[in-house]
Amino acid sequence: MTAPFLRRFILAIIASSVLSLATGCHRHSDSSASFFPESGEASGWTKLPEVRTFAPDQLSDYIDGDAEKYLQAGVRSTSTADYKLKDQIQLTVDLYTMSNSAGAKSIFESEPPMNAQTPSLGDAARLYSQSLIFRKGRYLVRMVAYQDSPELTQAMFNLGVAIEKRLPR
Amino acid sequence: MKNGTFQSRREFLRECAIGALAVGAGKYAFVADSKVNPPSVTGAKSKVVIARDPALYANSSNPDEARVQKLLDEAMQTFFQTSDPVSPWKKIVRPGEVVGLKINTIAGPGLSTHPVFVAAICERLQQSGVKAGNIIVWDRTNDELDRVGYRLSNDPNHIRYTGTDAKGIGYDETVFTAGAIQTRLSNLLTRACDCMINLPILKHHVGSGVTLSLKNMYGVNDNPSKFHANNCCPGIADLNLLSPIRNKFRFVVADAMTGCFAGGPGYKPQYAWKYNGIMVASDPVAIDHTAWQIIEKKRAEMGVNTLAQAGTPPKYIAVAADPQHRLGTDDPDRIGLVEI
Repeated sequence: MTAPFLRRFILAIIASSVLSLATGCHRHSDSSASFFPESGEASGWTKLPEVRTFAPDQLSDYIDGDAEKYLQAGVRSTSTADYKLKDQIQLTVDLYTMSNSAGAKSIFESEPPMNAQTPSLGDAARLYSQSLIFRKGRYLVRMVAYQDSPELTQAMFNLGVAIEKRLPR
Repeated sequence: MKNGTFQSRREFLRECAIGALAVGAGKYAFVADSKVNPPSVTGAKSKVVIARDPALYANSSNPDEARVQKLLDEAMQTFFQTSDPVSPWKKIVRPGEVVGLKINTIAGPGLSTHPVFVAAICERLQQSGVKAGNIIVWDRTNDELDRVGYRLSNDPNHIRYTGTDAKGIGYDETVFTAGAIQTRLSNLLTRACDCMINLPILKHHVGSGVTLSLKNMYGVNDNPSKFHANNCCPGIADLNLLSPIRNKFRFVVADAMTGCFAGGPGYKPQYAWKYNGIMVASDPVAIDHTAWQIIEKKRAEMGVNTLAQAGTPPKYIAVAADPQHRLGTDDPDRIGLVEI
């Protein structure tokens, strides 16, 4: 390898590293599938293999008229995965990546809180008997369970903690 | 109930005897004509029947199969004034017709037309003489049906369960103009079915305020997102005015077993409640107006502001009833509500 080529090679590596650091958040948002914990990472939860991702212009295919609200709040992408709790409870996790934290906050605060518990999770969270919603930075996470059980609320919170750990600030 | 439109069954029968007789006579033509000249236009009241059973779910996440069948029969027999659970279906579907059951599955397992409810309807349709292969249960996509628990099938000898996106189906090449928007309709509606029974869900909708029968037609066309502007108004009314939808629509049998009073149209359990009901009508506007009152009542009970205060009044209902659309009536004095 000649010296000029070696210099160019080293410079290219340095430039690439700088670019990677500068655009780190963006790369994370493009791989939001990695934000979903694997089976067993949260006790009792099994993750189903498929993760579906919707671009903003496809979002209404997934959530119908709800999409308008998310588009206005600056949604960049939406990913969703299904889980099972001990093979009995079905649960869907939706992860919305917004353009900024204000977008996540506006969606979170647009919904009536009803009688939610407000556990310490991310920047703000609401926990119900069959649902958990929380936001962290520009991410908004919603869990919905389709059956009920006495252990579900705590189990959802545990899964929420596992997701929150994976989300970058 | 708002505007005092809810009546007892006895009061209803006394006050709108003419309408009840017309319905009770059970001429197929009444239902067939109702889509073009709904009772409200002919002078009779538009009947909406709500049948409820507080024990529908017992202690389960799923409604009880036998109770669903019984509730369906009660609703249909009351609407058609008959003691026979099969004859109402003969008044809706002609012999030899292929009937499409347009379900609603976009919200997933928690808030979609229940398979057990559809099974009860299919049972009565077959008993009334409709061949299994002439029943098509459908919505937009196979994936949505599958997630809710429908077993996909396109076997012409059995009841078919399919999405418009299934191989070989798709959207009709004909481009319709609904108001100012161009759209294409599912081949399941335009080509496969002779008539359509609408099986929607009782839901709040963040845009239109309410979604029941008329909004369920957003699962028929290829570009529903184009129809969401301005609280889906006049999008919903314009879409329902398209001839394939208007001409093939026969009846609404709404799954109101679980309803949603806020946060719709997606399923958010904290805003869902067990209404334990089945609603039936031949007038899609009258039944949507009734659904609106139910949702407003539940919102008030739960301390949630009105749809108007939330900026989402269901103004599409009045537009659907206006002289340009004439899809039914939104006049509470011309809606005969029977609760059983």
